[in-house]
Amino acid sequence: MHTPTVKQHARQLWRFHGGLHLPDNKALSLQRPLRTADLPDRLVLPLQQHIGEPAEPLVRVGDSVLKGQKIADNPAPVSSPVHAPTSGRILEISDQPVPHPSGLPGPCIIIEPDGQDRWATLPEPITDYRSASAGTLRTRIRESGIVGMGGATFPSAIKLNPGKPIKTLIINGAECEPYITCDDLLMQTYPERVLEGARILLRLLDAEECLIAVEDNKPSAISILHTHLQEQDRIEVVSIPTLYPSGGEKQLIRILTGLEVPSSGYPAQLGIVCHNVATTAAIADAVLEGKPLISRIVTLTGDGIAEPCNIETPLGIPASDLVVQAAGYTDKVSQLILGGPMMGFDLPTDQIPITKGANCLLAVSEAEAPPTGATLACIRCGRCAEACPAKLLPQQMYWYSRAKDLEKAQDYNLFDCIECGCCSHVCPSHIPLVQYFRYAKTESWAKEKERREAEHAKQRHEFRIARLERLEAERKARLRKKKADLKKKPARKKASGSDGSKKAAIEAALQRAAAKKAQRQTAPKNTQNLTAAQQAQIEAADQRRAEQAPPANDTIREEKE
Amino acid sequence: MEFQTLTSPHTALPNSVNKVMLQVILALIPGIVAMTWYFGWGTLINITLAVSCAVGFEALVLWLRKRPIVATLGDLSAVVTAILFAIAVPPTLPWWLTVMGMGFAIIMVKQLYGGLGYNPFNPAMAAYVLLLISYPVQMTSWLPPMSLSAQTLGFTESLSLIFTGALPSGLTMDAITMATPLDEMRTQLDLNHMISEIRESPLWGDFGGLGWEWVGNWFLLGGLWMLYKRTITWHIPLSFLAGLILMAAVFWLFDPESHPFPQFHVFSGGAILGAFFIATDPVTACTTKKGQLIYGASIGVIVYVIRTWGGYPDAVAFAVLLMNMAAPTIDHYTQPRTYGHGGRLSG
Ligand code: SF4
Ligand code: SF4
Repeated sequence: MHTPTVKQHARQLWRFHGGLHLPDNKALSLQRPLRTADLPDRLVLPLQQHIGEPAEPLVRVGDSVLKGQKIADNPAPVSSPVHAPTSGRILEISDQPVPHPSGLPGPCIIIEPDGQDRWATLPEPITDYRSASAGTLRTRIRESGIVGMGGATFPSAIKLNPGKPIKTLIINGAECEPYITCDDLLMQTYPERVLEGARILLRLLDAEECLIAVEDNKPSAISILHTHLQEQDRIEVVSIPTLYPSGGEKQLIRILTGLEVPSSGYPAQLGIVCHNVATTAAIADAVLEGKPLISRIVTLTGDGIAEPCNIETPLGIPASDLVVQAAGYTDKVSQLILGGPMMGFDLPTDQIPITKGANCLLAVSEAEAPPTGATLACIRCGRCAEACPAKLLPQQMYWYSRAKDLEKAQDYNLFDCIECGCCSHVCPSHIPLVQYFRYAKTESWAKEKERREAEHAKQRHEFRIARLERLEAERKARLRKKKADLKKKPARKKASGSDGSKKAAIEAALQRAAAKKAQRQTAPKNTQNLTAAQQAQIEAADQRRAEQAPPANDTIREEKE
Repeated sequence: MEFQTLTSPHTALPNSVNKVMLQVILALIPGIVAMTWYFGWGTLINITLAVSCAVGFEALVLWLRKRPIVATLGDLSAVVTAILFAIAVPPTLPWWLTVMGMGFAIIMVKQLYGGLGYNPFNPAMAAYVLLLISYPVQMTSWLPPMSLSAQTLGFTESLSLIFTGALPSGLTMDAITMATPLDEMRTQLDLNHMISEIRESPLWGDFGGLGWEWVGNWFLLGGLWMLYKRTITWHIPLSFLAGLILMAAVFWLFDPESHPFPQFHVFSGGAILGAFFIATDPVTACTTKKGQLIYGASIGVIVYVIRTWGGYPDAVAFAVLLMNMAAPTIDHYTQPRTYGHGGRLSG
């Protein structure tokens, strides 16, 4: 008999160039069930756990806070609030070590838990999300502090305001980095949350279909999601071949649709929006229960961890506490990595807090990640190019990066490098290629800044003239409007209702513009697919960008103020 | 707890230059055994001598340049250069020419440019060409395959020939050497003989020269093993042979009596060795895939042209050096299309 429950037809998949079959080492952390972390003595919450403007504290030292209470926020278009993961007292607001490749400390709010875990009054659940407006849902997602939890940490609400019709919503459950299993376990343990999140996003984006992509090395997750699908769902669970880095946003889009995100463009241009599974589950919590993002699942694994496992943990818990809950280190431990072995970065200390984007603490032994030893010259064997998922020529980019010929390196599309590490992994000369590319990108931005500054000085004069003309035009416009308003006065009260919705529309458009700008600014760095390491660069670069000449309009506004 | 920090990726790296070179050396062994079988001990003696010289010269230069000696020698690239040179030259080559060749290859062609990775020309082939131009007689004095010669040289006789130039009493160089099949073919064709007549000589095997074709087969075996091991990719060998075969086929079909058939070209001289072991030297070849196809095919075509109309009997060395010069330019014009740049539906 024909059973129409699950759409099982084989979907056509595409291949991306290169990629690596890596030993996945995932079994290590899957042998134990999901644990829940005990509350530590203190929680350290960085004000910047996302890409964009850091949040500003809304509390003072000594204040009592409740679980789920918003403790920091920033009205800037690209930012995200921070919430208290438990109830307690604000102990300190100061600079602390944060998980950042630069190793520099960042501002944090420190909470001393009172052990009672008392909830604040949460916003009303939006159970009937199908009749809620997109704006309402987006606001809820923003207010809940939800950012990309696959490591990108880009504020999710912004990606959900694409300003373009969206055909395909992609939920990224590929989890292609070796060792990491937090998304796998999330899908296995909470399939309903993932699916509800997907349904909410489908509604919000008004998309035609939703594809949940999972690498075929996670058969349990795939079948559990399958069994929870409902007949009317426009959701398909797609099993994709295991090949690093299939979970990179650009690669995943290529696998599922055969399309390529244009260089320095973004997926919405193709009618696609992509979210990580953990983010999707967090969105379900926020919408259906009013719960902000205050916890996540973290994988603790590697030969350096005594009991590799996954732990559901409040944000802000120090990594050292979390490791203790996995029975501590073994004596084989040699490095502690935040993230996976391919794109994660080394932590100099475990005295750093777990943040929204921290998916894995990997404590490797020397056997797992041996020091590479001496680097030889490039022998131009081309293995790096064969492995590169962006179809670049790393050997040529390396040559020019090394010679500090940045323009040439850019000619070879340096900025399309997603920093996946495939090239470094296969290089027989053991050249740390990714390192060179990161360096070359940073240098390029510095150069770009200098160039723009010179240009800025030159253009100042023209701006001044433009400003004067504009002020004059504005003055005239104001006069005209005043006259018109005087005539319209009697009709005014009636119009106020539509005025509100107009305001909302303007607001949304403004937000979209700001978001687009933010995306465009970060676009050369392939923002959609970031590790914490990349995030660092973005921040550095954004800072530079903020200092340097913004587009003409902003300059005029600045001068006016 | 504090930790050391290293750079990503944090994985055990699967490849190394040393491993690549070792695979090349292993892949050469069947061919070397075959050469020794057909042409006597000279090949092995030359290899030993060339390797010692190459390693010695490299150590010397590294010492002068104050570079790590053991680590650099450990990449085995000097050994590969030496072996390739030693199997390309005749088994009778006087010792001082081998020493000179290696000195030139390692010091001038490789280290003066900065060592492995920086040399624009293939050191073994550059040395070969230098000697061929300067000492054409010694460089073309090949022994006939064992089965064809009345006189075979034993180990000590080969040693004394190479190191002192002395032959066993009653023998002259002319008596023990013989033209290579490629030479023979050219000479006979120049005398306006027909291929069918030429091939009546006992010098010939099924496709190419007797013995020679078997050496080719064994090098082919090694080459295929390298493909299997992914030491090399198919692009250069295949396009090289395709270029050569295509040229040969066109001319052969056009006039089979004055142009040898394609298999002859493949199994004579250094074609197989060149296609799998010499043209594939990554440092001096093209690095883009499309570029490698152009590079390989061009070498194949040039080999045919020089063999047929040029002044030298074999042409692999010349063709490779010529294309070494063109490689950077070819690379420049054959960049792959990066993800997100043009192509279908993006943009
Ligand atoms: S893999 Fe390493 S040695 Fe080979 S071409 Fe790339 S950078 Fe050069
Ligand atoms: S790190 Fe960059 S250059 Fe290297 S393989 Fe990945 S995308 Fe290509």
